[in-house]
Amino acid sequence: MNMMNENTLRSNTEKNGSKPGNKIALINARLIDPESERDELGGLVIKKGKIADLGPQLKLNAPDGHEVIDCGGNILSPGLIDMLVNTGEPGFEHRETLATSSRAAAAGGVTTIICTPETDPVIDDIALVDFVERRARDTAIVHVHPMAAATRGLKGEEMTEIGLLKDAGAVAFTNGTSSISSSRVMRRMLAYAKDFDALMVHNTEDPELANTGVMNEGEVSSRLGLPGITATAEVIMLARDIEIVALTGGRYHAAQLSTSAALDAIRGAKSRGLPVTCGVSINHLTLNENDIGSYRTFFKMRPPLRPEEDRMAMVEGLESGVIDIIVSSHNPKDADVKRRPFAEAEDGAIGLETLLPAALRLYHGGHIQLPTLLRAMTSNPAKLLNLPCGRLKKGAPADLILIDLDTPWVVNPENLHSKSKNTPFDESQLQGRVMRTLIDGNTVYNLTDQL
Amino acid sequence: MSIAAAPTSFYYPHRNLLGIEGLTPAEINGLLDLANDAAELNRQVSKKQDTLRGYTQINLFFEASTRTQSSFELAGKRLGADVMNMSVGSSSIKKGETVIDTAMTLNAMRPDILVVRHYAAGAVELLSQKVGCSVINAGDGSHEHPTQALLDALTIRRNKGRIAGLTVVICGDVLHSRVARSNIILLNALGARVRLVAPSTLLPPFAERLGAEIFTSMEDGLKGADIIMMLRLQLERMSGSFVPSVREYFHFFGLDHEKLKLAKPDALVMHPGPMNRGVEIDSAVADDNRSVISEQVEMGVAVRMAVLQALSQHLSDQ
Repeated sequence: MNMMNENTLRSNTEKNGSKPGNKIALINARLIDPESERDELGGLVIKKGKIADLGPQLKLNAPDGHEVIDCGGNILSPGLIDMLVNTGEPGFEHRETLATSSRAAAAGGVTTIICTPETDPVIDDIALVDFVERRARDTAIVHVHPMAAATRGLKGEEMTEIGLLKDAGAVAFTNGTSSISSSRVMRRMLAYAKDFDALMVHNTEDPELANTGVMNEGEVSSRLGLPGITATAEVIMLARDIEIVALTGGRYHAAQLSTSAALDAIRGAKSRGLPVTCGVSINHLTLNENDIGSYRTFFKMRPPLRPEEDRMAMVEGLESGVIDIIVSSHNPKDADVKRRPFAEAEDGAIGLETLLPAALRLYHGGHIQLPTLLRAMTSNPAKLLNLPCGRLKKGAPADLILIDLDTPWVVNPENLHSKSKNTPFDESQLQGRVMRTLIDGNTVYNLTDQL
Repeated sequence: MSIAAAPTSFYYPHRNLLGIEGLTPAEINGLLDLANDAAELNRQVSKKQDTLRGYTQINLFFEASTRTQSSFELAGKRLGADVMNMSVGSSSIKKGETVIDTAMTLNAMRPDILVVRHYAAGAVELLSQKVGCSVINAGDGSHEHPTQALLDALTIRRNKGRIAGLTVVICGDVLHSRVARSNIILLNALGARVRLVAPSTLLPPFAERLGAEIFTSMEDGLKGADIIMMLRLQLERMSGSFVPSVREYFHFFGLDHEKLKLAKPDALVMHPGPMNRGVEIDSAVADDNRSVISEQVEMGVAVRMAVLQALSQHLSDQ
């Protein structure tokens, strides 16, 4: 039951019918592999889409008969794995498709997208998992793995065919942005999922307590006259979930946390040895509720942006390892649903393309070491999802990115590849970006082609 | 007078049969020996005995049942008892009568043996405390179904010659199964190794402490099995609450020939019935020559005759 799915593996190597990159040498690179803590100058050789060799001995010596790419001393890292991406397909193709989101991903250094089932129809059936995989294989330029709905129609009532869906290629199960309020359903699901070693990715917000809130409940919401969502709504659901994990032993991942109280709960769960992990979105690491300013709806998201103290707790949690994963929480929304009064606007921000540059703010600010930062977007999600990518090691897929750490640039939404332009980093100054992205050894994005 | 041609020295020391729990291995074996004799008798053209002549047996069923009720009815009639069937589900419960009131009413009619099935665990024992006659538990909620465990044991013994040392795998909805609970107790008492195979959602909490080894995949659980007992999955538990769907349940937990290959080549397939073909068991397996499902039904009558006779030892004028 824990077998790696064959269909998924096949679609990975036959993307767009193109052959995997072969006999390519990347030289003069700073190799960073977060898993092995490798950080050294060297080179890397690709054969048949996989990493064939790497190390300092290859720094300037490409083997004969290889296509040579000079990395110019820039960072060569495993491509990023983004565990929380809304693609819009099927059902919301006017906002984003698998094709457009994959181009945004490639430009952002994301080589594997984990897409949510919150589509229309909801991905709660093996035929729909198959549909997403086929569409991704035919139209996407990066790897795409679907998460399947944990309950039918995301209604939080009846569990889906977790065993069959996992065999069909679903890498995890989630209820999307809505939490499963019924403790009984959650218990049965985690108990059942455990038998299949399936990962449950849960959004933790008590819907009763959050009620009609549209932003963080606090001083700012009071000034703006907007209904708030108390931080307690997050920790109350998380604490319940942790106890159910203790009861059932099911593997559990809190999709994106935003409050310091929630991190305390995670810390407690981990010290009890429970199979609990958590993620944070790039937004909650780099923005706070003050960014909402005068009702800027591009900063309206779920969970809501929190006060600066919470943001700092998120950064600290990432540094200390309480937080395992950084996600973009990419959620494309068109102007129709964003250019509205704050309370009526929809939640969500795009993030695939700005994930890494925004994260580098934490590095440049001296808050987080580079390997720690990259680990949360490469080997950690790979381990959680049992994916072979996310590492620089022999035999791993040659899903690689070349990172220029230092060059400053200004985000112009018009130049972003996403179909929707709802970025909270509009006009932001960022430092560092992805120069080249390789999937199975093939270059799918090259910054110099864009400029 | 007894079922056996030769008088048996077996003495059953209890007034009731409320569960397998509390029976000694000797008592269980005694009942099985008696039932084995009854099974032989049942294969003769003339089956009628007069062991229970003049006795009144009431089958009191608070939960619908076809096979168990008719099996008890036939067993009583073959031993010469006057048998009356009462299905309470449709009458008294709706009028608000409690179990004890129903029992008292029936007790006033002076039956000798009450065969009771009730949807609530413990209800049969409660009722037995209020009546003067012998009581046989024909299934109480998810608690016990002792005659089913006895008939399963008899079927195994007749086919394998023994029970001790066999690996018996019970698969399916153990959580809601009184059949599984009685079987676990009986098989342990007679020295079999018991395994339970089910998704975690259909296993009782701390199932490993009931005297069984726990598996959540058929692939692991069926290896080397001598006996495979499939349990029925109730319709209302199939769609999304305990398991996601019939399709998924059958794929991972339904017994088909592919999974059966993992067991010993001479493994027996059992099912307490009624079967859901294509849910917990593939039709081809149900009808396979390793399936002893029909023999279980046959042994059912024999076991119930044995139990009725054993209890009749305690009946005396009041």
